[in-house]
Amino acid sequence: MVEWTECERATIKDIFAKLDYDSVGPAALSRCLIVYPWTQRYFGNFGNLYNAAAIMGNPNVAKHGTIILHGLDRGVKNMDNMKDTYAELSVLHSEKLHVDPDNFKLISDCLTIVVASRMGKAFTGEVQAALQKFLAVVVSSLGRQYH
Amino acid sequence: MGPARQAAMLSKKEKELIADIWESLTPVAEDIGADALLRMFASYPGTKTYFSHLDISPRSAHLLSHGKKIVLAIAEGAQDIGQLTVTLAPLQTLHAYQLRIDPTNFKLFSHCMLVALACHMGEDFTPVAHAAMDKYLSAFAAVLSEKYR
Repeated sequence: MVEWTECERATIKDIFAKLDYDSVGPAALSRCLIVYPWTQRYFGNFGNLYNAAAIMGNPNVAKHGTIILHGLDRGVKNMDNMKDTYAELSVLHSEKLHVDPDNFKLISDCLTIVVASRMGKAFTGEVQAALQKFLAVVVSSLGRQYH
Repeated sequence: MGPARQAAMLSKKEKELIADIWESLTPVAEDIGADALLRMFASYPGTKTYFSHLDISPRSAHLLSHGKKIVLAIAEGAQDIGQLTVTLAPLQTLHAYQLRIDPTNFKLFSHCMLVALACHMGEDFTPVAHAAMDKYLSAFAAVLSEKYR
């Protein structure tokens, strides 16, 4: 089981409490599709992803980005049992969506960068380490039901 | 993929963007460099093993000077990306025969450099700049490890 310090718990809750989901979610997903264009393979029916401007203006991308970010809420509320919390979503991503689990790390890195750019100096090395640890556990939980 | 080819993956616009960004960061080289290093030590404690001979506490003279060195080398490479193999030849030898830093660590440092850039530049660190920078740092790391074996 993952051990969290009180500081890490507080840091994670604080980051998510202050997050503008409707802005950060779309920013993280669109950044992922731009920086790692091969991830677009999972979004064939999203419409125009032709260039960075199109991706950033695409309403389907924006809507989905918000959904993904809200998916992290369950992890924030259940930090001591993320494995079970994400079991169902793990099956979904594996059996229905057929997403290569390596992609989870890509979007998690993009989310880290977006949060960093919003928080500026407040996003210290310690805050970054806590967020990356949290996201790594989510990523690991999402990859568990792949066979 | 060879490092020369990786550098070729950058468009003319991307090369210009990268050169501009690093030129603007040269005055704050030690702050950016030290920030990236500290982030790496916090998130990836194994990387500290390469610095047992230095004082790497925040704002220490060693940390600032080392951060500055790294950023200035990255900035110099950015002024003529097509010539990376030539520009970095002495550093290639240093890393291969003396420092022998496991190349996986270059990825960790690059990630922390991107985070440091995001904190410093805020909204100006656009997805397009991020993509270009990620490609450049990958090419830089690949050139650096070319003489390893």
